[in-house]
Amino acid sequence: MKGHKSINYWKSEYIGRTLVTLCGIVIVLTTLAIIAFIAGKGIQSFTVSGISLWEMITSTNWSPNDGHYGALIFIAGSTLVSIGAVLVSAPIAIALAIFMNYISPKFGEKVLRPVLELLVGIPSVVYGLLGVSILVPFLRDSFGGVGFSLMAGIIVLSIMILPTIATLASDALRGVPPQLLEASYGLGSTRWQAISRVVIPAAKKGVMTGIVLGLARAFGEALAVQMVIGNTIKLPEALTSPTATLTGVLTMDMSNTLNGTAWNNALWSLALILLVISFLFILIIRFIGNRGGEK
Amino acid sequence: MNSRTVNKIWTGIFYIVAIFIVLLLGFLVFEILKRGWGFWDLSFLTGKSSNVEAGGGIGYQLWNSFYMLIITLIISVPLGLGAGIYLAEYAKPGKLLNFIRLCIDTMASLPSIVVGLFGLLVFVTATGWGYTIIGGALAITILNLPSLARVSESAILDVPGSVKEASLGLGATRWQTIVKITLPSAMPQIITGVILAAGRIFGEAAALIYTAGLMTPILNPAADLSNPVNPFNIFRPAETLAVHIWKLNSEGIVPDAQAIATKSAAVLIIMVLIFNLLARLFSTLLQKHFEGSKGKKKKTQAAA
Repeated sequence: MKGHKSINYWKSEYIGRTLVTLCGIVIVLTTLAIIAFIAGKGIQSFTVSGISLWEMITSTNWSPNDGHYGALIFIAGSTLVSIGAVLVSAPIAIALAIFMNYISPKFGEKVLRPVLELLVGIPSVVYGLLGVSILVPFLRDSFGGVGFSLMAGIIVLSIMILPTIATLASDALRGVPPQLLEASYGLGSTRWQAISRVVIPAAKKGVMTGIVLGLARAFGEALAVQMVIGNTIKLPEALTSPTATLTGVLTMDMSNTLNGTAWNNALWSLALILLVISFLFILIIRFIGNRGGEK
Repeated sequence: MNSRTVNKIWTGIFYIVAIFIVLLLGFLVFEILKRGWGFWDLSFLTGKSSNVEAGGGIGYQLWNSFYMLIITLIISVPLGLGAGIYLAEYAKPGKLLNFIRLCIDTMASLPSIVVGLFGLLVFVTATGWGYTIIGGALAITILNLPSLARVSESAILDVPGSVKEASLGLGATRWQTIVKITLPSAMPQIITGVILAAGRIFGEAAALIYTAGLMTPILNPAADLSNPVNPFNIFRPAETLAVHIWKLNSEGIVPDAQAIATKSAAVLIIMVLIFNLLARLFSTLLQKHFEGSKGKKKKTQAAA
C-alpha cells in the first residue's frame, strides 16, 4: 500500500520536478558551453598562430595579409560608438522616465510606453536600413564627407538603446517612496527641485543599471552599426569620419577566411574580446546592485 | 533665476522630449511605409528572389522567417517555461541559484553575433549539418531563452500564494499545483511574453547569418522531406527576411536592391506591429475576462 502511494507520488511530483530542473541545467550548460567554445577557439591565435595578445589590443595595424593583427581600431570604434550612443541616449531616456512618472503619467502610460515597446520591436536591420537611406544622406549633405560615419553609428544606436534605459530608469523612479516627494513638496520645493535633488538621487542605482545595460547592448549590436559606420579600418579623426567596430569586422570577415588560418583565429579572438567585455558589463551591473542593497 | 521659472522651463523641456520621441517613432514608421509602399503586392510577397534581375519577390524569405519562428518557439517556449517554473517554485536561495542567475544574466547580455558564431562552431561545423534552419532556430533560442525564463518566472510569482496553498492543503503535490492551478492563472502574462518574443525572433538577423546561411535552395513542396528542397525540411539552409535585407544592403547586385530592401523592411515592420498589437489586445482581453468574473461574483453575492 505504502509502495503504491509512493509510486503515485513519484509520478505526480518527481517527473515534473526533474524536467524543470533539467531546463535550469540546460541554461547553465549552454552558457558554460558558449564561454568554453568561444574561449577555446579565441585563444588559438595566441597559442597556435603565435599572435601576441599585447600587440592585438594595443596596435592599430590590422593587415592580415602581412601578419599584423592589431585590433585597437575595432576596440576603440566599438567603445567610442557605444559611449557616444549612451551620452546621447541617457539624458533623453531619463527625461522620458521622469515625464512618465511625474509630469504626465496618463500620457506616459497611454502613448509613451507603447511607443517605447514599438521602438524595441523594430528589428536592427530595419534601423540599419533607415540609417543608410535617411541618416547617411542627411549627414553627407550637412557635414560633407561620405556620410557613413561614427556619428551615424552613434545616432542609430542611441535610438536603439533608448527604450532599455528609459524602461529601467522609469522602474527605478517608480520604486522611490512617494513620501520622499511629499516631504520635499512640504518643505516648499518646486517639482523640478524635488525631482532633481530628491527623486533622482534616490533612484540612482536603477538608473545606473539601465545606463550600463544600454552600454552593453550598444557594444554588442552588430548589423545596424555595421551598415552605417563605414567599416574603414582607421581610427576616427572626427565624428564625421568612418571607422569600424568589433561586431562589424566579425560580421563581414568571418565567412571570407578559412578555418584554422591565423586571420580566422584572430577573428575568433575578437569574438572572445567581445564576450569578455559583455561579461564585464554584467559584473558591473551586479556590483551596482549589491552595493545599493547593503546600504 | 526664480526657482518657479526654472521649474517651468524644465517642465517644458520634459514635454518637448516626450513629444519628440513620439514624433520620431511616427517619422520612422512613416518613412519605412512610404519608401516601401506597394509591399502588399502579391507577386512581391510570394515571388522568387533573383540574384541578378530586377522585380524579384520575397516569397521564400517570408516562408523561411515564419517557419524559423515556429521551430524556434517549439524549442524555446517549453525550455523557457520549464526554467521559469524551476526558478519560481523549486530553486532554493543560495550559491547555486545565484550561479544560475549569473548564467541567465550572462546569456541575456551575449551579443547576438557571438551567439551566431557559437552556432557556427557547434550547430554548423561540429555537427556537420552545415547551414540549417534547426541551427538557426537553436541560435535564436539561446538569445530568447533568458527573457522567456524571466517572463515565466515573474508570471508564476505573481500568482497569489493563497491559491497555491489552498491546492497544497487539499493534498495536491507541488507539481500538480503548478500544472493545474499556478500555470493557468499565470498563462496570460506568459503568452504576452511569448508573443513579444516572437516579434524579436522574426526580426533577428545577426545570429542567423552564420547559422542558417544567406541562401535558400529552389524549393519544391513535392520533394521528399529529407530532400533539401522540401520547404519543411529543417536541415536545409534558409535565408530569412531580416537576413535578406542585410544581404541586399551589403552585397546586393540586383538593380532594384534598395526597393526590395525597403519593401521587405515595411513587411517586417507590419509584422512587428501585428505582434505588438496582438500582445496588447490579448492582455487587455484577458484582464477584462478576469475583471468580468470578479464583477459577476459580486453580483451573485449581492443576490444571495
